Amino acid sequence: MKLALDFTLNGRPCRIEAEAHWTVLDLLRDGLALFGTKDGCGEGVCGACTVLLDGEPIRACLVLAARAHARDLLTIEGLGGDEMDALQEAFGRLGAAQCGFCTPGMILSARALLAENAAPSAHEVREALAGNLCRCTGYVKIVEAVLDAAGARRPCASAPSS
Amino acid sequence: MSSQSYRVIGRNVPRPDAWEKVRGRPIYAGDSIMAGMLIGRIVRSPYASARIVSIDTSAARALPGVAAVLTHADVPRNEMRMELPGRMAEATAGAVLATQPVLAGDRVRFQGEPVVAIAAETHEAAARAAELVEVEYEELPGVYDPIAALDPGAPHVHDGGNVLRRWHLRRGDVAEGFRRAEIVVEQVYRTPFVDHVYLETETGIGWIDAEGVLTLRVSTQVLEHFRDVAEVLRLPHSRVRLEGAYLGGGFGGKEDVTVECLLGLLVHRTRRPVQLVFSREESFIGHGKRHPYVMRYRTGAMRSGEIVALDAELVSDSGAYAALSPWVLFYSLVTATGPYRVPHVKVDAVTVYTNNPIASAYRTFGSIQTCLAYEGQMDALAKALGLDPLEVRARNFLRKGDAIATGQVLETEPMLEETMRRAWAALGPPRRATGHVRIGRGLGASFTPYGRMCWTHDSASAWVGLELDGTAVVRCAAPDVGGGQTASLCSITAEVLGLPAEQVVAVGRDSHFTPRAGTTTATRQLLMSGNAVLRAAREVRRHLVDQAAARLEAAAADIELAEGRAFVRGAPGRAVGFAELVKAMPAAGRPTQALEKFDAPSAPTIDPLTGQGKPFNDYTFGTQAVEVEVDDETGETRATRLVACYDVGQVINRQSAEGQIEGGAVQGLGHALLEAVALEEGISRNPHLLEYRIPTTLDAPAVETILIESGAGLGPFGAKGIGEPAMTPTPAAVMNAVAHAVGRPITELPLTAERVLAAMENGA
Repeated sequence: MKLALDFTLNGRPCRIEAEAHWTVLDLLRDGLALFGTKDGCGEGVCGACTVLLDGEPIRACLVLAARAHARDLLTIEGLGGDEMDALQEAFGRLGAAQCGFCTPGMILSARALLAENAAPSAHEVREALAGNLCRCTGYVKIVEAVLDAAGARRPCASAPSS
Repeated sequence: MSSQSYRVIGRNVPRPDAWEKVRGRPIYAGDSIMAGMLIGRIVRSPYASARIVSIDTSAARALPGVAAVLTHADVPRNEMRMELPGRMAEATAGAVLATQPVLAGDRVRFQGEPVVAIAAETHEAAARAAELVEVEYEELPGVYDPIAALDPGAPHVHDGGNVLRRWHLRRGDVAEGFRRAEIVVEQVYRTPFVDHVYLETETGIGWIDAEGVLTLRVSTQVLEHFRDVAEVLRLPHSRVRLEGAYLGGGFGGKEDVTVECLLGLLVHRTRRPVQLVFSREESFIGHGKRHPYVMRYRTGAMRSGEIVALDAELVSDSGAYAALSPWVLFYSLVTATGPYRVPHVKVDAVTVYTNNPIASAYRTFGSIQTCLAYEGQMDALAKALGLDPLEVRARNFLRKGDAIATGQVLETEPMLEETMRRAWAALGPPRRATGHVRIGRGLGASFTPYGRMCWTHDSASAWVGLELDGTAVVRCAAPDVGGGQTASLCSITAEVLGLPAEQVVAVGRDSHFTPRAGTTTATRQLLMSGNAVLRAAREVRRHLVDQAAARLEAAAADIELAEGRAFVRGAPGRAVGFAELVKAMPAAGRPTQALEKFDAPSAPTIDPLTGQGKPFNDYTFGTQAVEVEVDDETGETRATRLVACYDVGQVINRQSAEGQIEGGAVQGLGHALLEAVALEEGISRNPHLLEYRIPTTLDAPAVETILIESGAGLGPFGAKGIGEPAMTPTPAAVMNAVAHAVGRPITELPLTAERVLAAMENGA
């Protein structure tokens, strides 16, 4: 069964016939050939498929594509354009992307954080990114990049005691 | 030589690939769809040990949209040999070397072993076909513990017995050593199966190209696996090509064949493009893990702390097939004594088949397990003698001119004491315990080889050329696993040619179209491809300088290159841009490109009975220091601070070097505190990321990296390798910190809350 979906994708109107069982991740990768959103586990744990739906971070692998209808979807391809977004620039310049597979999801989670909190602490960055796994960086340069993009430029601190 | 004398080398240079990655560009093996593409799917064994009675694929084949349902009978040569080049066969003589079939025939030996390969028009048809495949199994007794597998009555995983390979190390007279010893400490250390958990699972797409060549674009650390595919399909090696993509992480888990042979088989049989992506669960049960070890260590020392003898037994669980287990165990043998002088040594090591998951390569390749044991022993020794753990280590550290236990004499200064004291000092003043939180601190000193074993005659090639606009191109088939391998090759070229870093690009990592560079494994690419690129760039530079000397009417010795221009030393006004020089070079008969090869120094195979000889060309030395908090009511443990200090020889790209260490340390922290494959008689109980936890931002501590640049390495500009050494000592340092916090030795990973609590209660 197919569904006709109308939504805003990266600032532009998008209309597509989607399979009813598709997730947002299927819609992006299989339906629209937008490969920037990554499939790391398909179980909603790793965060590599994080995209923003009406500005809220979602796990694209868990949300049905039908949920995007009449809403606003932002993926990594929608950031920056020719110019780079401040987060993309900081991630690239500071070595926050190693293998890069977690990077699009990381950047979108960080973008949602900065939209709510323009000057987060290192701990607030760590809390906001706790659902995005990275196996390469140890998170040090990722946290630095988010703080840099926020203009906070504070030293990277560890998670405080619980 | 310090970084200050270089323009590119040693600085923070953003990697060219990073800009693609932050934009989400389709650079990975899973990021493409081809017209007419089929979806691959694998049916795997649900049993750890069973006989296959029958396989019925008729219903699956009859399903609309199914293009192929293949079994062992469809594989022309059903054996994945995975033999590394070099004199490997000689060194495994006598081993029961059981290679894995592409598809199991009459017997399955681990949960997840591939049995049937499917290609269908859609994901749904492939999934439905997989359900319709009927495999009848008869469960067989299995063996799930490497010690039990050594029992003469244990079920045999393969004909010929369960012992895959033994290695031995003998130095001095260990009995005499223990007679002299004034104190002996003995402990048994245990480590579990651990998964790589790269964010990108095993992935590939394959097709037949216009010239009829079977072409695979795969997430792999080893482009040379095109040969394995060719062998399995009985095709000439020249008819299979592997195109490298950027990897979404590897860590050794994409060193063995993953999707290659299955994908090649499906493409070969259907003659259509096929995509094969393992699910996360398949990745967990299907690919090789880190080997579990049981390590009994007995160390004899004088009251001064001087070590006089070591007697160690290492048992590793190879799982169901050989994979790279003999070599992983060999690294353990060589590193068993740690970075210490030990005059009398006896180490016996054995790797054993079981019906557990396959174990194979994983970052540090056998060095991380022995580090846990030798560093645990150092703290145990210090405690038994009432000495400072730093002083006990300092008394025994290897120095220039000392021999490691294989008899190899170290030709450069390891700087171990400096790495230890600087890491320890950087932890800062000790924190005080508060309430029910105990604070502990621990050290892990280490040594890890970089580059492959000397007797493998390792080699890498690279091409460097100038374009007419004066920019440079590097061609070198070195897969980039995310560590910045490609960017480093560009930096080396930029440094030598006097170009800005962004005016050098590396194009293509391809088994057929770029010079063969060997595997991105064994911390070898900077050493091997780095040196090959260095040679090629120097050759191009020579011709460029000659051209400039002629053009500027100066001696070649007086020509300098910088920022894409050649000028006469002391007369910067006498200058010419590279573009003008390059355009004139052909007419002058000067080449603008060079293909060069680097051969690692070689040595004979080590003595199989005593382990004596030169196993590796060089080692990276370094220490990590860790502070932990332990909740003495729950046993929950958290690392609060980690400092790593290494002699890296020469930093090539500062952010890449730091990134390797930060990432390696946090991966090692996962091993220490969180990670283990939970097995019940060979069946995984946690093949999902929800149950198999890796460190998140909230588990990872602040990591401080201190880089020493001795210039003593064998890589370009005196660099050493850091990819694997970054991780080697972390679990040991965390274990020692926890033992310090709880006041009791704790010797089995991971250090779960239950285990830590039990250690505290036993001590109370």
